[in-house]
Amino acid sequence: MIRPAFLASSEAERIVPPTGTTAQLTTLAAAAMAFLCVFALALLYTTGRVADRWSGELAQSATVRISAPADQMEAQVTAVLAILAQTPGVADARALSDEEQQALLTPWFGPDLPLETLPIPQLVELTRDARGFDAEGLRLRLRAEVPGAVFDDHTRWRAPLIDAAQRLRLLGWLSVALIAVTMAVIVSLAASTALAANGQVIDVLRLIGAKDSFVANAFVRRFTLRALAGAALGTALGMVALVFVPSDTPSGFLSGLGFRGAQWLAPLAVPLVTACVAFLATGLAARRRLREIS
Amino acid sequence: MIELSGVSYSYGDRRLFSDVSLTLKAGSFHFLTGPSGTGKTTLLKLCYLELSPEMGSVQLFGSDTEGTERDAVAALRQRIGIVHQDCRFIDHLTVAENIALPLRVAGQKQMTEDSNLRELMAWVGLSHHGAAHPPQLSGGERQRAALARAVIMAPDVILADEPTGNVDWEMSTRLLGLLVELNRMGKTVVIATHDLNLIRQAKAQVQARVLRIRDGKLQLAGSDL
Repeated sequence: MIRPAFLASSEAERIVPPTGTTAQLTTLAAAAMAFLCVFALALLYTTGRVADRWSGELAQSATVRISAPADQMEAQVTAVLAILAQTPGVADARALSDEEQQALLTPWFGPDLPLETLPIPQLVELTRDARGFDAEGLRLRLRAEVPGAVFDDHTRWRAPLIDAAQRLRLLGWLSVALIAVTMAVIVSLAASTALAANGQVIDVLRLIGAKDSFVANAFVRRFTLRALAGAALGTALGMVALVFVPSDTPSGFLSGLGFRGAQWLAPLAVPLVTACVAFLATGLAARRRLREIS
Repeated sequence: MIELSGVSYSYGDRRLFSDVSLTLKAGSFHFLTGPSGTGKTTLLKLCYLELSPEMGSVQLFGSDTEGTERDAVAALRQRIGIVHQDCRFIDHLTVAENIALPLRVAGQKQMTEDSNLRELMAWVGLSHHGAAHPPQLSGGERQRAALARAVIMAPDVILADEPTGNVDWEMSTRLLGLLVELNRMGKTVVIATHDLNLIRQAKAQVQARVLRIRDGKLQLAGSDL
């Protein structure tokens, strides 16, 4: 059984030749993987925040669309506002002005749309209070009392957004998992190479009575510490890089890539997880190699 | 100490020896001889469990070794001092560190400055070479360093595989003297060699049994040596 590497004496580690390209490559690979992992984590948190914001904004409001002949429009709008005023959970309700409706249509019809000559439905926007309202009940009441009113609580819009956000989060987690697996493979290959290159040292140790744990610890400790050092460097560089990513510009959500508040603690786990991955990968590689030696 | 019963071993299709039995009693001195390629090294490897016999059994210190756990094999090897012809040092460690390596491996705290180590290095005539690295030593010095490493754990048995293969006659005599001295201390010594002069010289100093591998069998050599 291999003891935890950090409890092992550095005596064992010194027996392995101190230099080696594979060990340096492990540090470099760990740094690169940690850097990428920090960005993957940032992507995770950013998509989470954006999805929550989009979903939250849409969930807080709802719309009633009233389609009625021009002579009945005002009465129906008044009726809808009255119903909404009586509905528990509705914080505020108001009919959009002509200017607001025109602004909504401008992207499709241009700014010169003669709104008064077209049968454009009247929109009533409502916001919910902390309790929220019974959307289905409100929909049924509006349908019964105001025939031209159609209630839209934005479920249709929110569902694909939430779905997209979940897929993005899944992609983020997949990226983190792939980085961890890649890291394990790199460390395992590097450790196997180092074990093969030091085959004579291992043979000597076994012949003078070294237990497998002693031999394995020499390599496990070295590769774990190198991976830890590399990952710490990569994580630090990744975090510094994220500080310089522009935040919250209106151009798009990627401009807000990064961590907020306590989320900055999350990347600090990257070096520790990397060290654990290196510990396990090197331990497995060492055990595999030692089984080949009598 | 070590007992091989009905042991057979092959390399591929080539049967090296079959039905070999050998008993090494405490304090005995044995030579294992025969032409190159007859299996002297293989027989020693069977004794320290680097190889497992195809048939037969190997008993070490009174216990059958078949199916022995790897850690138990390691513990058994700490009771056997092995000297190889090529010495097998770890070149980036100093000579003193190489000699003290079995102590480190066994988790003993004695370090290179330990007085026992200094005494041992003086005994093999390497007092002034402790800080050197193995590649800096001559053939004879390397063999003496290997012998020091083999005995630092005060093993019960010393197995030496062609220990004088790479050294001149004077150094062979010196090495033999050290091994004879160890035998007089009560250690069991086995030397695999094809150097008949060395065997003749040893027989003048110590009561040694000479075993010869011939045609896959182990025979007690007679006056023809």
